[in-house]
Amino acid sequence: MYTVDPRRTESAEWADTWLGIDVGSDIALSNTVAREIIAAGLVNTEFIEHSTSGFEAYAESVQSWTLERGEEVTGVPAEAIRDLARDYAKAETAQLCWTLGITEHANATDNVLSLINLALLTGHVGRWGSGLVPIRGQNNVQGGGDMGSLPNKLPGFQNVTDPDARAKFEAVWGAEIPPEAGWHVSEMIDEMEQGGLTALYVIGENPAQSEADVSRAIRLLEGLDHLVVQDIFLTKTAQIADVVFPAAAGWAETDGTVTSSERRVQRVRKALDPPGNAKDDIEILTLLANSLGHDWEQRDAETIWDELRSLSPMHAGMSYQRLEALDGIQWPCPDEDHPGTQFLHGWLWEDPMPREPAAFSAVEWVPPVDPLDQDFPIRLTTGRRLDSYNTGVQSGGYRSPIRADAVLDMSHEQAADLDVSQGEVVKVVSRRGSIDVQVRLAEGLRHGLVFMPVHAPDVVDVNQLTIDAWDPKSGTAEFKATAIRIDKITRD
Amino acid sequence: MPESTWSGATARTSADDHVAYGGFHAAIAQRRLLLPALHAVQDSVGWVSHGALNYISERIPVAPAEAYGVATFYDLIATEPLPRRVARVCDDIACVAAGRTKLITDLEAEIGPENTPNGEGMWVRSPCLGHCEKGSAAFIQRAGEQAITIAPVTANQIAAILDGEPTTMATPPVVASSFAGLARARAMGAEAVREEVVKSRIRGRGGAAFPAGIKWNGVADASGDTKYVVCNADESEPGTFKDRWLIEQDPFALIEGIAIAAYAVGATKAYIYIRGEYREAEILLTSALEVAGDAPGIEIEIRRGAGAYICGEETALFNSIEGFRGQPRQKPPFPTTSGLFGAPTLINNVETLVAIPGIVSDGGDAFARLGTEESTGLKLFCVSGAVTDPGVYQVEFGATTRELIDLAGGAQGEVRAVLSGGAAGSFLTEDQIDVPLTFEDGRDADISLGSGAIIVFNTEADMTAITYRIAEFFAHESCGLCVPCRVGTSLQLDIVGRICEGADTDADLYDLDNIGWVMRDASICGLGHTAANAVESALRIGLIGGKT
Amino acid sequence: MIETTLADPRLVEITLNGETALAHADATILDVCRAQDVDIPTMCFLETLTPFNSCRLCVVEVAGSRTLIPSCSRTVEVGMEITTESERVANTRRILYEMYASTVDLSLSDDDTRRWMAKYEVKPGRFGEYESHRKVKIQDDLYIRDYDKCVMCYRCVAACGTEAQNTFAIDVAGRGLSSTISTEFDVVLPDSACVYCGNCIGVCPTGALMFKSEYDMREAGSWDESRQTVTTTICSFCGVGCSLDLHVQDNRIVKVSSPLDHDVTDGHLCIKGRFGYAHIQEEAGRST
Repeated sequence: MYTVDPRRTESAEWADTWLGIDVGSDIALSNTVAREIIAAGLVNTEFIEHSTSGFEAYAESVQSWTLERGEEVTGVPAEAIRDLARDYAKAETAQLCWTLGITEHANATDNVLSLINLALLTGHVGRWGSGLVPIRGQNNVQGGGDMGSLPNKLPGFQNVTDPDARAKFEAVWGAEIPPEAGWHVSEMIDEMEQGGLTALYVIGENPAQSEADVSRAIRLLEGLDHLVVQDIFLTKTAQIADVVFPAAAGWAETDGTVTSSERRVQRVRKALDPPGNAKDDIEILTLLANSLGHDWEQRDAETIWDELRSLSPMHAGMSYQRLEALDGIQWPCPDEDHPGTQFLHGWLWEDPMPREPAAFSAVEWVPPVDPLDQDFPIRLTTGRRLDSYNTGVQSGGYRSPIRADAVLDMSHEQAADLDVSQGEVVKVVSRRGSIDVQVRLAEGLRHGLVFMPVHAPDVVDVNQLTIDAWDPKSGTAEFKATAIRIDKITRD
Repeated sequence: MPESTWSGATARTSADDHVAYGGFHAAIAQRRLLLPALHAVQDSVGWVSHGALNYISERIPVAPAEAYGVATFYDLIATEPLPRRVARVCDDIACVAAGRTKLITDLEAEIGPENTPNGEGMWVRSPCLGHCEKGSAAFIQRAGEQAITIAPVTANQIAAILDGEPTTMATPPVVASSFAGLARARAMGAEAVREEVVKSRIRGRGGAAFPAGIKWNGVADASGDTKYVVCNADESEPGTFKDRWLIEQDPFALIEGIAIAAYAVGATKAYIYIRGEYREAEILLTSALEVAGDAPGIEIEIRRGAGAYICGEETALFNSIEGFRGQPRQKPPFPTTSGLFGAPTLINNVETLVAIPGIVSDGGDAFARLGTEESTGLKLFCVSGAVTDPGVYQVEFGATTRELIDLAGGAQGEVRAVLSGGAAGSFLTEDQIDVPLTFEDGRDADISLGSGAIIVFNTEADMTAITYRIAEFFAHESCGLCVPCRVGTSLQLDIVGRICEGADTDADLYDLDNIGWVMRDASICGLGHTAANAVESALRIGLIGGKT
Repeated sequence: MIETTLADPRLVEITLNGETALAHADATILDVCRAQDVDIPTMCFLETLTPFNSCRLCVVEVAGSRTLIPSCSRTVEVGMEITTESERVANTRRILYEMYASTVDLSLSDDDTRRWMAKYEVKPGRFGEYESHRKVKIQDDLYIRDYDKCVMCYRCVAACGTEAQNTFAIDVAGRGLSSTISTEFDVVLPDSACVYCGNCIGVCPTGALMFKSEYDMREAGSWDESRQTVTTTICSFCGVGCSLDLHVQDNRIVKVSSPLDHDVTDGHLCIKGRFGYAHIQEEAGRST
């Protein structure tokens, strides 16, 4: 196991080799690995010829990424990059797993494409034990996408711009679907600023704390004509809303399904009655529709699910009965005799190929948007801890003995350099704002690299510091790379 | 693996910031270094502190809780501060039988009570140190200096060493061996060597009496690129000292036996697991291995035990070498297919391996002509206790216990009891004393030859105290893994205590009987299987209980 | 699909309690017994963990074997003759239970243990009444550890180690009857490697390890399993898809476990899934 991470995390301690790259040098590493695989003659020529396109242009694009250049940009010794390249290429099966370290960057999509390139180069995709595995941070990120909670998709990843797809849904829903893609969240924030977005209905999100450059986000949310929040808590966002719909907790107070990282659709069940006036999301939406003049009947989760199955071919075979009997089913599952699909992209190995070959994408490395300089010489990266969850709204309530949310992690060397010690409160300043936070000495960090969790915005609001530069292709913001300085607070 | 900050190096280099090696596989591969690391700290500091344990844990790496579990398993590793020098003084049953109780009273008079620091020293009682033929023995751990074993030893000597008097062990120089048997083995070929071992019909001398030839062929035939030979020199059975004696007589004979075994079964590495208290034998073996150089044709590593009787059980011994708690494994699988590090392993006792060069040189048939049909060859017996000349006696299989006592110059005083097979063995009846000590006769007459220990007690001996001491030994040495042995040895001790106080009831005797057969029938290993033998036989022949 | 004939090399013929049976060559005796509805008591064995061979309650007679054989860890062999309920086996199990009862507080052990103890007419005080000698360890708000109830089955050590969590916060320390489950130098759990996954609690058969929530309710006399419902749902905290069994009493979650037979979890969870439900409890104040 190789772990690539700026920090030597606990996962990295388990790895045979840890590559401690500099924040934001992911593409430099991928491209160097690619060049080394090509230079060493370890590409899977047969697979490339049969299943891919654009190899020559891609090979040309990584030509300059010698091990030396890779070392210079990533900080990782050349021989470690070489070993990674060769081990990955030679492995019988190999997986590339990643999470927000790849995607919370302004060039998130390019980061992912650079990894896909490696899988295509070696044929480590579409086979049992090999593949590309984005690990989801929430129980239903995948399910949200499956159900069409994307600006350009209908449920089952059917394109909103496809008239046939729209017609199918319109026939069942009895309503017209706008034919163009909507905005993703970062675009919405920008549109609030431009005046293109004046009313917002937020369900189960807390943008007043989760957005990068959060001061700006709050200002824009407060400036909306109308803000509706539907949540199980009176979140920071709900507190500035015009209307709040108290909701039931999806995983314990309602029935339904979620989809896990491995595309497994699973049943959630109601174990508790929600408190007070809190209601199931379905009921809230139905009541809202009816008070807006529609005539929706209250339906249960299974009825709605069956409707979804009739419209989304990849879910068609997943009756509640089967989901329960099989402990969940991985999509696609087109009919009730289908066992579900354990891995995707097997078609790449079919002969003849049923689809267009998979394309290599030449991607260039660019440094993080927020550059280090004399005034802001330290790289701050943010992330999650085991016992907490996102902005801490759901995880802050239980008394974890290992909680360390409201701290700034730094190496012993860094602390010595700044003349600060464990527990000391320091001022962290970025180009956008500053916060006071306690220092925690931590293993796994180096001089020039510090870390803060995102879980305790009420105590230390790290997103006062982060930059809201976002990836134009995916809409994710660059939470992972902020330039900061750390000032010692001198008491009089 | 490069030394980096991540594996405990103190100076951090710029490369350390960006790369680290190690992880799970390295941890698994290096786990075997745990016990040697604990020994090293114990030897230099005198105990293993929390800080030291954390340092070891980081370097290997191993989780601190696991390292602590291993450290606390062994008597010779301390996890609480001890005086700089600790003398572990043998006062076990063979010493008591020999009337060597003066040492303890002298120590009490000269140094003070047991387990009580006096200056930088302290003395404690120890289970049998296996030097019974030499006299009273003490194993002395000294922070910053090599541990030493001295026998015979006096209270004066111990007091002086505990006061810090410099003392080294005088070991005779070793003289190179020609390894003629090994040369002959190589000339014959591996298969032919195994054939001779089969023909010799030699059975393992460690106590289980398994036919060695079957084992050897089993390992040779097992699939695997890596195979091991392990020599079990963790001789810890009270009253047993033959393996130590053999090594002290001629360490090269053992090395040669191991080399032949490794050649014959295709082993890639060999280990000698030697009892931690056997200092002289260990030093001799180390010197002999240096002198032998490449001659054995295989790497032979010496591993020190750390004070745990259970590690004489073969699978517990494997766990101990591997850096785990020395607890036994459920068999099957047997060592021949899955032994040390999960690889096919030939494990034999010292005495068995020492016999090998002779079998190869003279032929298996010649060996088999000695002894009886089922019990071939010569056998060493350790005669101790109330005899004129305690020592190791080699006889052809077929000698009786009485004959062996006579070889040892006869009993001193009137014989009250004879314990055959050590603590795991049984007290003999009058009839049993005249049964030939062969595997077949022993089986028929219900005598355990065990390790070949014969301890003679005369009428001076307090047999209730002796029996209690045996029960105490098992309660102390039970590893605690399986319930019958963990709880059974302790309950047995309680009940024997009551019986010794003369308060035995029918219910107690019934319970003792029940506990005995559950330990024998349901324990995981030989320790539990034999833990009730001596107590039951003491009751049976009236050494304790109603008749006393 | 497995053919149920002897022509299949993966099957072996054995004799179980006098009757011929076919078994997978890699099945344990216990597997075969359970498949054939032959009841065998266990304590340290758990389907999701490698047998640790500590309790010996599952012993059976195998013809030709000098000692009894633990059925949980012994694979079947051709022609093996197995007897699961002889007088010898029953007496052994009874005495083993009596050994437990004299050294451990079995008051919260599982239903299976009680049933077998009743069946074998176990006399708990036979080898002396059990005496409490340790204090309940309460070192945080999530766990309690009451080692008076510990049967040293090693399940928690296995679950903390390579069998599930790979955290290695606890191991067995010491030797023999005085051995205990311990962190290094018995440091408090928050100072150990513990990540509070609660998987040790999930596998504990005797209530020695318990959620603080359950312990507090038991102490207050309000724990009442007859008023509890158990609902299986999916954890909300990440994308793994762990099944949670929510134990609910009076519309409050009082305990969270995971089904052993769920292939995502094998019964194991992390700290968030196991304990991160406080936000939907009444006292979180959502209704105000």
